[in-house]
Amino acid sequence: MNDTLTVPAAAPASQTRERKPFVTIRPTAGWQALNLFQVWQYRDLLISLASRDVKLRYKQTALGIVWVVLQPLIAAGIFSFVFGKVANMSSDGVPYFIFSFAGLMAFNLFTNTVGKIGGSLTGNAHLISKVFFPRLILPLSAVPSTMIDFLVASGMMVGLMVVYRVSPTWTVCLLPVWMALLLMLAVGIGLCAASLMVSYRDVGYILPVFLQILMYASPVAYSITKVPANLRFWYDLNPLSPLIVAFRWSIFGTGLGDLPHLALATGVTLLVLLVGLFSFKRMERRFADVI
Amino acid sequence: MTNDIAIRVRGLTKSYTIEHNKEKHSTLAETMLQNIKTPFRRREKETFWALQEMSFDIEAGDVVGVIGRNGAGKSTLLKILSRITEPTSGVIELYGRIGSLLEVGTGFHPELTGRENVYLNGAILGMSHREIARQFDAIVAFSGVEKFLDTPVKRYSSGMYVRLAFAVAAHLSTEILLVDEVLAVGDVEFQEKCLGKIKDVANTGRTVIFVSHHMQSVSVLCKKAMFLERGKALYFGEVPVAIDHYVRSFGKKSTSVSDARRRPGTGELRLTSVEPSKEFFESGEEKRINITIERFSRFEGKYFISCAVVNALGVAILHCDSRMTGHWVDASDTYHGQFILRTPWLRPGEYRVDMFVCQAGIIDAFEHACHLNILPLLPYAVTDNTEATAHGVVFADFAYAAAPAPAAV
Repeated sequence: MNDTLTVPAAAPASQTRERKPFVTIRPTAGWQALNLFQVWQYRDLLISLASRDVKLRYKQTALGIVWVVLQPLIAAGIFSFVFGKVANMSSDGVPYFIFSFAGLMAFNLFTNTVGKIGGSLTGNAHLISKVFFPRLILPLSAVPSTMIDFLVASGMMVGLMVVYRVSPTWTVCLLPVWMALLLMLAVGIGLCAASLMVSYRDVGYILPVFLQILMYASPVAYSITKVPANLRFWYDLNPLSPLIVAFRWSIFGTGLGDLPHLALATGVTLLVLLVGLFSFKRMERRFADVI
Repeated sequence: MTNDIAIRVRGLTKSYTIEHNKEKHSTLAETMLQNIKTPFRRREKETFWALQEMSFDIEAGDVVGVIGRNGAGKSTLLKILSRITEPTSGVIELYGRIGSLLEVGTGFHPELTGRENVYLNGAILGMSHREIARQFDAIVAFSGVEKFLDTPVKRYSSGMYVRLAFAVAAHLSTEILLVDEVLAVGDVEFQEKCLGKIKDVANTGRTVIFVSHHMQSVSVLCKKAMFLERGKALYFGEVPVAIDHYVRSFGKKSTSVSDARRRPGTGELRLTSVEPSKEFFESGEEKRINITIERFSRFEGKYFISCAVVNALGVAILHCDSRMTGHWVDASDTYHGQFILRTPWLRPGEYRVDMFVCQAGIIDAFEHACHLNILPLLPYAVTDNTEATAHGVVFADFAYAAAPAPAAV
């Protein structure tokens, strides 16, 4: 819709015949164009919803914003104890705590985004059934809040690298690329989950389990070099693992893994994103009737 | 002079498919299981036509009232016009930006402050940040909650909440505005303020579509009216004629099962018969209404019945909820029961009775389930003084008694 207020309420009668409708509503079927321009026109709504999410996150918590810092530290601490100390897993020569922190940073960006997007439609059912806006706004508005977590974790990573005396190399410049790919993969999966959840709330229960399994099936807590060779083929089917490996390589400069897998994962990521976007658009028209 | 068209609707149809007498599959596993067990079985499906082949033009600057009984398709029409849901077939052309107020305060969050909610709600209604910022002072002034702008709205009284929510909505400046009974909220004074605001909007030459049950506001506000029945626009034109259609539509008895299914509510249970025990009652006597409630799909637990008695002016003078008398009905059998109204004495005339079957939410909302006819006989000893009985909504069983004069101190 147009944001300018200068649209005349009524055009002169002489123009009646040539006047084009501002909006034409007709039934749609099958695959639709994404109409990202419409999403752009509703950017103010996207910003409002995103800032609502951020503002509400730590309301009525005693520690407030401190949780953004505490959560990843606690998780990496547990990992260091269980996998680093007890199981004595290898970490490619990097101190285990910072090794697992990097893995968690990448994985959390992915998993938080999937989780937030997955619940974004059912969590805003009242909006869907009462007002019109491009439905894509709801899942997209979940992204900024996970991005903030990621940025905070990045800041902490810098601190940890100073503490552990790990110096970055040129490879760190590629970090945004992996970050973008992780986000795209997450958005693709999240969109599928969100649109399925409108009809089937089961997805809300399956999703956390799936994400939990995915964490252990990805090199978050351990190095990919430790995966048995006979399982490697299956292991590499998970597009997340080459991305996490590359993410860590960007930070520590070691252990890039093999490039064909990374290329494949990039292709799969783009495909997943497109499938997610278009199937969301396809199912979109039913949301208000079903939710 | 012919005006420009603001909304052109051609062959608008909306249908829903309902699978009835079958358990609903709301989980993926159930659906999959069902498909594995009986893959080629055709489901018993019924198509429900919420709107059928509607065609009409609304001219720019018109204020159109849409009236009709519950389930006639009014809300569906608004939802399609506001693009919340898609039509099944047909084309609609909108000449201008459209804004819809299907409820006040959509998206208001209790934890956010008044100020934050104004921006959020405005954005949800389709306003840009700049537009809201520009109108912010006007919105706040209209709502009258200046002092509490930085307080979370969960601490607001419900009156303040509604006022702020309506204030945002009232400043929506689209060329076409869809309004759905937002006036049903707030106190009488505020309702009048809202009505006045809608009137102002109408006077600025914008196109307004106004859905309401309140005939008085429709006749005050609207230049034209549309009467809907069973998904069809039966009449579109003069307001008094449309209202006449609406009033007469209540005269038609309609308790067939298919009509019951059209009514709002989740529908597991339906009122299949609501009949007064007598055609006419005397003002002071006990009035009884026989009720039958049947079960149409799986339903467990207990439910309650609620009944509203509405006078000719559309005012619900009584609301009798069976929870208040501790009467909960077990859903296992068909219910045959009676609603007994002892007081107050009703003024002579015709009353509309709305019946509701509820548990956690509304299962069946049967508006205009039956009439109560009160004979024009006054229940008092002296019955020939019309002036003395001209006022008041109901009659009371009252008396005056002279007491001995207080003793002088």
